[in-house]
Amino acid sequence: MKGATPEAAALPAAVTQPDLRARPAWRHDERWLRFVSLLGFVVLWQVVAGLLHDASLPPPALVFSRMLAEIGSAALPWHLGVTLGRVVLSFALALAIGAAFGVALGHWRRLDLLLDGWLVLGLNIPALVTIILCYVWFGLNDVAAVVAVALNKIPTVIVVVREGARAVDRNLMQVARAYRLPRWRVLTRVYLPQLYPWLLAAARSGLSLIWKIVLVVELLGRSNGVGFQLNVFFQMFDIAGILAYTLAFAAVVLTIEAAVLRPLERRLNRWR
Amino acid sequence: MLDITITRKCYPDRGGQPHVALSGLRLHAEQGEFVCVVGPSGCGKSTLLNVVGGLDRDVDGCVSGAGEAHDIGFMFQEPRLMPWLSVLDNVLLVGDCTAATRRRARELLVAMELGEVLDAFPGRLSGGMCRRVALARAFVIEPRLLLMDEPFVSLDAPTANRLRAMLIELWQRCGSTVLFVTHDLREALALADRVCFLSAAPGRVVLDLPVTLARPRLADDAGVLALHSRLLAEHPDLLAGLARPGAGEGDD
Repeated sequence: MKGATPEAAALPAAVTQPDLRARPAWRHDERWLRFVSLLGFVVLWQVVAGLLHDASLPPPALVFSRMLAEIGSAALPWHLGVTLGRVVLSFALALAIGAAFGVALGHWRRLDLLLDGWLVLGLNIPALVTIILCYVWFGLNDVAAVVAVALNKIPTVIVVVREGARAVDRNLMQVARAYRLPRWRVLTRVYLPQLYPWLLAAARSGLSLIWKIVLVVELLGRSNGVGFQLNVFFQMFDIAGILAYTLAFAAVVLTIEAAVLRPLERRLNRWR
Repeated sequence: MLDITITRKCYPDRGGQPHVALSGLRLHAEQGEFVCVVGPSGCGKSTLLNVVGGLDRDVDGCVSGAGEAHDIGFMFQEPRLMPWLSVLDNVLLVGDCTAATRRRARELLVAMELGEVLDAFPGRLSGGMCRRVALARAFVIEPRLLLMDEPFVSLDAPTANRLRAMLIELWQRCGSTVLFVTHDLREALALADRVCFLSAAPGRVVLDLPVTLARPRLADDAGVLALHSRLLAEHPDLLAGLARPGAGEGDD
């Protein structure tokens, strides 16, 4: 769980310049480069595994065949689906609540001053503490699991969206008021478009953070999901199993990122 | 018709001293009249428009005849287009979503020679084109009242002249009451039926001058220039803030 805290702390700085560059002609080139880099990783892994020749680092082929076996037995898809469900739920929850609070804090300075201390506290509570407390207070169930993950993510979403809400262009809001635009139209066509880059930044960093925390939550208190499986493999020193599940889940997250978030970002930024 | 009475409008200033922007200001405009408001910078011209347009309600006074929703068009110093909406969508943003409005928006944009860029985003347009879109946006709702806050400032002279001609044409067709704020006396004389001069802050109307020159007129027509110099000679003190050579359009 050590991974989560520095990431959360580094987030505000990284997010002040959301990645908004368009990728025009060299998209093909870039894709090629990505592929080569991935391939290089697998080759490196093979070489190191070959040199070590130890059960603690199985070669790629073994891990991939293990992955196929787990997929064939339907165990991997089942646990993966369960974990993914938790990820999606807590992601949606964190984003909705975090965005609402972020907008409110960015808008009302007094509220911001009032809650800023809480926010700093929230940012710095280790994920592990939230998880343990949620299990103690709400019992070892899925509600506690999802709430714990969401609670970990909400403060970072608030920080990012608050920055965006502060940067909202008053001049454009004045246009909306001068023309007496209906509220819904102001929200969807004038206000939210200014927040999209920030919401997207929160979503992208959120996805990678959340799936890691979900695994810990599952390891500590659920009897299914990728985290639970990893724990089982750990008990049995089944390294191939651990790597197979990790790679499978990372692949799913990368696919979501590439198939949903990146195209969405491109669509929302096409005016730049 | 439009009746503005502002007893007092002040801002809490940085030093804690309230800054009185407008005081004892009365202004009247007939329906369909083109009224220019000129005054030295900082005399509260923009404040006046914000009050009339309902953007600033913290004021001692009243405005009647400004109308309700969809009755007021507003053009700011900057075009203030939504960069994420296409040219057409920017114009449609302020209209009701009927087919008639849609058609009118297209016609307006085509008439302003923006037919080629209906689907372009404002970031790709020149400054003059953006102003034209903003002008189309102001007129698409066929406003009863149109408020304009130095809308053609910082454009080169030919572009500004073209936009002024478009404005006059649209205004004559639409019959809106126009309140046009500028610090450029020649621009005011070229456009207005009547020019109201504001004093330095706290601003109030110190001279109300009907302009009877024939239309169409340009800022550098002989008649406009003659009236301009006559006014400078007659009211040197009043126009001190506006009269400097170089305050004319195109020079700043």
